[in-house]
Amino acid sequence: MNVPAAWYLILAALLFGIGAFGLLTRRSALIMFMCIELMLNAVNLTFVTFSRTLSDIGGQATVFFVMVVAASEVTVGLGIVVAVFRRRSSTSVDELSELKG
Amino acid sequence: MFATAYGLANVLVFVTAALLILVGAIGVIALKNPVHSALSLIMTLFGVAVAFVAQSADFLAAVQIIVYAGAIVVLFLFVIMFLGVDRREHVHVEPLVGQRAFAAIGVVITVAGLIFLMARSHWVTGALSLSTNGTPVATGQANVKQLGTAVFTTYLFAFEATAALLVIAVVGAVLLARRERSLQADEVDVDEGVPS
Repeated sequence: MNVPAAWYLILAALLFGIGAFGLLTRRSALIMFMCIELMLNAVNLTFVTFSRTLSDIGGQATVFFVMVVAASEVTVGLGIVVAVFRRRSSTSVDELSELKG
Repeated sequence: MFATAYGLANVLVFVTAALLILVGAIGVIALKNPVHSALSLIMTLFGVAVAFVAQSADFLAAVQIIVYAGAIVVLFLFVIMFLGVDRREHVHVEPLVGQRAFAAIGVVITVAGLIFLMARSHWVTGALSLSTNGTPVATGQANVKQLGTAVFTTYLFAFEATAALLVIAVVGAVLLARRERSLQADEVDVDEGVPS
């Protein structure tokens, strides 16, 4: 018998919390993208756990699509980081203050 | 105690996956060098892949390794090297007063609320009796067959939409990272200062 779903759900919640804390405190855009990946992985882990608990393959199919969206998000996001770095020579999000009201 | 209830192998696999995931995740947010953060991210992604295998999501574990650890982290490392930002970030600078404390409080409240809500609802969304009365999710090659059948029948529209999304993302990334030809002459002196 496999370990209870609760263990995996708590683990996913902790991973999501760590990712959210990093996203809120780190200033480098690259690290913030990595923290977004951590949060997406926490959600994927939750989906797979519920897929096992409820015997429904739909959870795993959803994870498949989340991975595709994450890949395209990273591609576009890093493209933006490269474009910003070319202009500002920095990846710190604090320097991007032109839109300040 | 847990080993006898759930089988020693299952508990060991869970503990291994949990250690990989949590240590890697803390490394991502705590290490100052972006290259080290990216390597910690690989550790977390491997831990998640272990958890996927333990929960009979074999195909997703393979995709996790190939796409995440193989492609996305390499893309991160490529950008870090390309931009030359692998120097230390000033993590002690706090632009907003008390930002770190407020972030910690908010995250703790969110995670505690999540766990509390899930514990209240017996760790499932809805009762177990409401689950689809299909066969349990298969492992190994049968898992690939099940997932493939679901993706190409029930989720066919979403699958086709992801194809369009990927094309748009690739074109957008090329457009964003492309250097405009008219500005190229002006940017030559700027480029020389950037180690690439």
